[in-house]
Amino acid sequence: MMAGKRRVGALTARALAILLATILTATTQTTAMVQRSARPERIVSLIPAVTEMIFAMGDGARVAAVSNYDHFPAEVASLPRVGGLLDPSVERILAIKPDLVIVYATQRELIERLDRAGISYFSYQHKALPDIMTTIRAIGTRIGSSSQADAVASGMERSLGEIRTKAAGLPRPATLLVFERDPASLRNVFASGGYGFLHDMLEIAGGRNVFADIKKQAVQASTEMLIASKPDVIIELLYGDSLKNANIATELRAWDVLASVPAVRAHRVLALTGDEFVVPGPRVVDATRKLARAIHPDAFR
Amino acid sequence: MPPIRTRLVLTLTGFGLLLAATILTGPLIGSTHISLGRVFDRTIAFADNADAQIFFIARLPRVLAGALVGAALAAAGVVFQALLRNPLATPDTLGVSSGAALGAMLAITLHINLTVFGISSIPAASFAGSIGALGIVYALASARRRGLSTIVLLLAGVTMTAFFQALILFTQYLADFADTFRTVRWLMGTLDVGSYTPILAALPIVLAAFAMLATLPRSLDLISLGADAAAARGVDVVAAERLALASASLATGAAVSLAGPVGFIGLVVPHLVRLIVGSDHRLVLPASALFGASFLIVCDAVARTVWPSGELPVGIVTALIGGPFFLWLLVRR
Repeated sequence: MMAGKRRVGALTARALAILLATILTATTQTTAMVQRSARPERIVSLIPAVTEMIFAMGDGARVAAVSNYDHFPAEVASLPRVGGLLDPSVERILAIKPDLVIVYATQRELIERLDRAGISYFSYQHKALPDIMTTIRAIGTRIGSSSQADAVASGMERSLGEIRTKAAGLPRPATLLVFERDPASLRNVFASGGYGFLHDMLEIAGGRNVFADIKKQAVQASTEMLIASKPDVIIELLYGDSLKNANIATELRAWDVLASVPAVRAHRVLALTGDEFVVPGPRVVDATRKLARAIHPDAFR
Repeated sequence: MPPIRTRLVLTLTGFGLLLAATILTGPLIGSTHISLGRVFDRTIAFADNADAQIFFIARLPRVLAGALVGAALAAAGVVFQALLRNPLATPDTLGVSSGAALGAMLAITLHINLTVFGISSIPAASFAGSIGALGIVYALASARRRGLSTIVLLLAGVTMTAFFQALILFTQYLADFADTFRTVRWLMGTLDVGSYTPILAALPIVLAAFAMLATLPRSLDLISLGADAAAARGVDVVAAERLALASASLATGAAVSLAGPVGFIGLVVPHLVRLIVGSDHRLVLPASALFGASFLIVCDAVARTVWPSGELPVGIVTALIGGPFFLWLLVRR
């Protein structure tokens, strides 16, 4: 009886595999039919970081539409908006008549629809800081600006290398990098874990991430974890909406309750503002420099 | 069967000792090792004593918040189950905790940074939301002078919950990416309140609700048998129902604004306590409050220690423990 069930199961699995293979082949064939322009002139960027990359290459004029979350550079203010990471508007994208849409790899449904519409796309995914330079070079190659892209990426690598070298000889204070929490309290504190571009930036800037052992991008830190991690420096990142109504001096006083934390006692709790800390694009160099200045105020002026 | 006075003393002593034990051991458990000797060493300044800070700032507020929230939700569960004559009723059945959730969602996504009496905007807004929901339910219940049938009250509650859920989803849809993440986390419930201020703010509300509930057990016994039977025995059913509704909703609102919607306490604890002490509300109500407090403290201790990197939201733990346990109870009988 059991064996019979298992055989049925195996048959179903094989049928599914065949079905899946058929669908996959069909998809690849569609992709192959999409016309690829070697030098796209109407680019839709659905990720703020990518918009910044293209502008940094000097190709901003070829960006035809951006996401709802784009604020930088100032030129994007006049461009049409076509939704965001979670809610891209296919209709608005099609209306732009793009010859290239740059999407994030998790936007599966959008990719399928672009395939069906015969619009060519470029998909990528970010994990760590070096991926930013890899993506810049890949996008540069795809849009026919590989030499400019290489110049941007190499410039970033050089600048980050300089910061790293300068910070390397300095002491590495234990640093807590907070990017989200409830206003006026230490509830729902989210800090950088030991993985991702925030962690990489912090390490380059000469800080030792207190949550380096937790291999996640975001760590929800309880009060106990905050006290036990004993940071020498606490850096809070404020950007976008969290900056809008915040009184920074009042907000920083929320940390005073943790009197035993070295950073609180030494008055080394500070806020850094700006969305360059959370947009993994060319401005991560500025962001890393600001972090270095916050951690080593004497060495980085 | 021994007289009610003896049973009451026995019940209160038993569950009281359990709560005392969990309150005393709760702060000793955590992800970091601390030395008790160092915690109470008066020769070290508090500001220098990380062990004492972990004990008094990180752990003790959580244990006390757990006691308060657990007691409030369990007692509210008892009252709603009796009032609605429905074993599936919970503190959320009438939409009070959805109203609280909506308030918190709005405070998070609109970035309201007002601080009211040292209470940050999110708990304040969520309590306001629960009061708003209570106002609507209360108005519905008072719309007819003879009181509402429980069926109408139940349907109104379910409808309001669904309506608030729709507004919550709408708020989340409009929210920023990072805010959506925070609202989802809020909905999982957490006791990491960070200081004593939010607990002190919720305490008088819960105590006032408990004082009102203390007058109710006899009426609840009779109401749970049926409104007509209760009226025949001289209970002012309408007044008792309104008092029960208001006090249980206040307790729920205070608990949810403090810790988020921690599920399953209000459903499971009353049933469990009834298995032990019987169905007399003079016993069930205080025993449920005491046992709810202990249960939530234990769940939070699990939430704080079981996950290697960081902590689980306590609402997930109560559901993971409470869900299967409740199913077992159902099948066993």
